[in-house]
Amino acid sequence: MQKVNRLKPFFENIAFEREDNHMIVNFGPQHPSAHGQLRLILELDGEKVSKATPDIGYLHRGMEKMAENMIYNEFLPTTDRMDYIAATANNYGFALSVEKLIGLEVPRRAKVIRMMLLELNRISSHLFWLATHALDVGAMTIFLYTFREREYTLDLIEDYCGARLTHSSVRIGGVPLDLPKGWIDGLNKFINHLPLDIADYEGLLDQNRIWKMRLEDVGIVTPEQAQSWGCSGPMLRGSGIAWDIRKEEPYELYDEVEFDVPVSTTCDSYGRYKLHMEEMRQSVRILKQLIPMYEETSPEIMAHAPQYISAPKEQIMTQNYSLMQHFVLVTQGMRPPVGEVYVATESPKGELGFYINSQGDPYPYRLKLRAPSFFHTALLQEILVGEYLADVVAIIGNANIVFGEIDR
Amino acid sequence: MFETAVLVETLVKAVIVVAVVAGMAGFATFIERKVLAFMQRRLGPMNVGPYGLLQLAADGIKLFTKEDIVPQNAVKPIFMIAPVIAATTAFVAMAAVPYFPEFTLFGYVIHPIISDINVALLYVMGVASVGIYGPLLAGMSSANKWSLLGAARAVIQMLSFEVVTGLSVLAPIMMIGSLSLIDINDYQVGGITHWLIWKQPLAFILFAMAGFMETNRAPFDTIEFEAEVVAGYATEYSGMRWGLFFIGEYANMITISVLVSILFMGGYNSLWFIPGAVMMLIKVSFWVFLFLWVRAAWPHIRPDQLMWVCWKVLMPLAVVNILITGFVLI
Repeated sequence: MQKVNRLKPFFENIAFEREDNHMIVNFGPQHPSAHGQLRLILELDGEKVSKATPDIGYLHRGMEKMAENMIYNEFLPTTDRMDYIAATANNYGFALSVEKLIGLEVPRRAKVIRMMLLELNRISSHLFWLATHALDVGAMTIFLYTFREREYTLDLIEDYCGARLTHSSVRIGGVPLDLPKGWIDGLNKFINHLPLDIADYEGLLDQNRIWKMRLEDVGIVTPEQAQSWGCSGPMLRGSGIAWDIRKEEPYELYDEVEFDVPVSTTCDSYGRYKLHMEEMRQSVRILKQLIPMYEETSPEIMAHAPQYISAPKEQIMTQNYSLMQHFVLVTQGMRPPVGEVYVATESPKGELGFYINSQGDPYPYRLKLRAPSFFHTALLQEILVGEYLADVVAIIGNANIVFGEIDR
Repeated sequence: MFETAVLVETLVKAVIVVAVVAGMAGFATFIERKVLAFMQRRLGPMNVGPYGLLQLAADGIKLFTKEDIVPQNAVKPIFMIAPVIAATTAFVAMAAVPYFPEFTLFGYVIHPIISDINVALLYVMGVASVGIYGPLLAGMSSANKWSLLGAARAVIQMLSFEVVTGLSVLAPIMMIGSLSLIDINDYQVGGITHWLIWKQPLAFILFAMAGFMETNRAPFDTIEFEAEVVAGYATEYSGMRWGLFFIGEYANMITISVLVSILFMGGYNSLWFIPGAVMMLIKVSFWVFLFLWVRAAWPHIRPDQLMWVCWKVLMPLAVVNILITGFVLI
């Protein structure tokens, strides 16, 4: 009989044959709860993890290199594909860093609209987090409950920019559109109802014995660990460190709105769950303050900087110079001054940073993305050791990692 | 002559029980989807037939026509026989379970029980625990690490709940003095107040929890919980072999529902104006619904927590319950 030439996997089960009965399993990239394309190489002693090695790269698209061959406006839609759960946060981070690079001041109305979109994205991302996390722990009903509210946020964003997943609704220099008629009413309706829905989820989970058993004292990240592994966002605040870039280095109008930075001192998964819930409430609070702010602003939504930003459509169609400028900006792209900039924003997952090195060309010389999930994935190799296999799933779900932004 | 009649009667009953319960098990999958759907703000299957009723048939056709894959490195005979064990034991357990009160049909008195053996309860529990060999052998023969993990979980789960099931029914048995399910049923004649659930509330709760474990239902569905061990022991199965596991699981669910109803909730005794057969249907339906309700409402538990619950909480409680019952009886 013909001998089948089988491919040997890289992590062949050698250790299993040994006397200590350790088993190496590939948790992912096809595992149902690998959250995208995570591959965790777990060394199991029974069900206890004795070693965990996160292996990433299954979704790598080379975004940083792509950026070097794209003009700035071209790259903006690519950032959608990073953290696809909250696309606007990425668009915004990139747009803000380019604006910082060329020293652009964005009109106030655009700022308010951007903040509205950012907070809606934060809510949508946190709802999605709760949905998948609860599903991983086995509470399947929460999954469908939160998806309805998430649908409302997506509907609002769709009403604004037409897209539901990859928004590209923030542009360098402002926002492309004003809010459509009736949008504010829809937003009002949504944010008035959301706290009740959050209370519903908490009613199902907060005092649920099994939910508490599964989350309390599971996935403990000490403050030292969180700092040394470069955690940010809820992972850092879940370890008792009150660090929110919206408060520390306010961008847009975050210094004008009132909101609290929730902190959990328990350092475990349950604390981070409560934290996410509280953050959604804070987002609602911010959105409530933004609505009157929007009504006070003047209708301008794009910055006036003919060198970098195309003039409004009406002007392009009527004025020769604007048309020429627009033609150059579209075909060649804007040329930011020589210099480099690093801008960090608080995305729903944590510190999302863009580093741009410009040599005065229409293409960035180097663009570096700092994605929060990347650091949280690295942390897994330390916090998973000693936990059970069932907890591995809970911890991965709790860390809120999204592979679009890890692999970029 | 007499023996032939008994043989024919038993055979007919066996065929009817298998056919009806297999049909009910299939229907239970439909009910499960619908109940879960309505609890989760959606509609469930709606496209195949009126209200998706024909989804059952569609699933059956799908399972039967799917390719039956046996992995290259699997231990083939064991791999192929494991689902049969799971399904068979689920049905064999029903041989000693009475479903309805006896009734007369064409002049014959019919006992809706295949075989009234005097150790019925012991028999049902024994056969049901043999059923764990299905997942165990399937997981160990699949040549898949996730299956192996599922099999390991099946063993620890069995080791945990078997003790609780056994000890929890001991107390009621001490009161009744018989293991025959018909005797247990007859003990509870005379309305709701005579149900054993009032005399043995603790045993009832323990037995119900063990029932959830035995049928691998949430929150104790550790052995095939997809977020952790992919599909557990059934990872490598496809087509009807996987379907047999499925039917076995749902048949088990129905058996446990019947068992709880008979043991603690008055069985097929008539209540007020409701005849016994209808009472039985109501109780079984309620228990099946409860299984689904719990699945919709609760997250699921970790295997080590399951062992903790069984050995450190439920088992001591069961022993205490037996002691108290003993003292009261003396």
